[in-house]
Amino acid sequence: MTVDSIQNGIVIDHIAAGCGMKIYELLGLGTAGAPVAIMMNVTSGKMGRKDIIKIDGEIPLNLDAIGFVDPGATVNVIRDGELKEKKRIGMPERLENVIRCKNPRCISTTEQELPQVFLLTDREKKEYRCAWCETKAAGL
Amino acid sequence: MRSVIDIQDLSPEELDRLMDRAEDIIAHPDDYAEACHRKKLATLFFEPSTRTRLSFEAAMYELGGNVITVAGADASSAAKGESVADTVKTVSLYADIIAMRHPKEGAARVAALNASVPVINAGDGGHLHPTQTLADLLTIRREKGGFSGLTVGLCGDLKFGRTVHSLISALSRYEGMRFVLISPEELKVPSYVKSEALKKKNIPYTQVQDLESVIGDLDILYMTRVQKERFFNEEDYLRLKDSYILTPEKLKKAKSDLCVMHPLPRVNEISVAVDQDPRACYFKQMLNGKFMREALILKLLNIAD
Repeated sequence: MTVDSIQNGIVIDHIAAGCGMKIYELLGLGTAGAPVAIMMNVTSGKMGRKDIIKIDGEIPLNLDAIGFVDPGATVNVIRDGELKEKKRIGMPERLENVIRCKNPRCISTTEQELPQVFLLTDREKKEYRCAWCETKAAGL
Repeated sequence: MRSVIDIQDLSPEELDRLMDRAEDIIAHPDDYAEACHRKKLATLFFEPSTRTRLSFEAAMYELGGNVITVAGADASSAAKGESVADTVKTVSLYADIIAMRHPKEGAARVAALNASVPVINAGDGGHLHPTQTLADLLTIRREKGGFSGLTVGLCGDLKFGRTVHSLISALSRYEGMRFVLISPEELKVPSYVKSEALKKKNIPYTQVQDLESVIGDLDILYMTRVQKERFFNEEDYLRLKDSYILTPEKLKKAKSDLCVMHPLPRVNEISVAVDQDPRACYFKQMLNGKFMREALILKLLNIAD
């Protein structure tokens, strides 16, 4: 299966197989206005299988959302058909407005315009807790 | 500008200094009678409270300060939908320090970020209640002379009880503590509390279901309420509820210098007959809370520190 290469845009690569849709959802790519291709379970020399997201056009991306789902993913910026920038994401220390707190008693459920903030509390377990009520982030 | 939202906001050294200050206030109340002259404490209690609110207000009056207050969420702009941020920004204009209780977890942190005066968390939902822990710590220090080598039993609802988590976390910073966690299976201390406060610091602890079998080992017995609605089934509740009621009979097996504590209100988990026992410390605990709140107000207002 082939997908046309892009002239100007972003390729999110090395996404662990199965995580592509979650990144697509968290980045809100369905409503971002740019053409998007998601390839899932693509053969990869290093990873065996991986997912790839191609975005035709440079749109602002919340890199923390990508790092939250898969810290191993890379973001490649393509301009005039050439790779201009390659970013390794890693695990963000802080997430802002990426996920929502599931605790119905959390102040973030009622306070006007309070951002949804999560802090990395355990790197090994990849555990994030709400900065307001300290409730553990629900798993993906 | 400093706020206290979590007991962890205070270092062990600061806790020691607060306790020293509280002891000094107890010994020399007249020295502090004008300490907060012309200062105003705003008590914002968006949730019912008897002890904590009165304790804060009494504390400020004993320091010679004044109190302005909102009588409850219904009486404030919060009822009109005003945010916590806007409420405390406004109150900061009128008061020098704020004590706030709010039903939403994390509300105190939002308040502290937006207020231009110090905020003391007087309870944010089921989350944190640091001044209760201050009361607990002073009680233990006054009754036991310190924190070293104590066996502390915590009994009842150890899963949802915010005071228990906070106390474990605060006590785990002292050397030589040992914990006995007494609760039904459904209400055990959450694993993240054990992992953070106990396992990481190699603090010895045991978990049991039966109070009577361990009461003789304890230096401190911290009772909490076991609420029926916390149980998954009625049968377990009926089977276990009596085992978590402290009676003079059960106390016969306890050490003569045991210190019985409870954050109050109690419903029926400590028999009223226990109140006469010299080992009952829960009302002293409430009084100690007032002195610690005085010490904390002084610290946050940078008075006499």
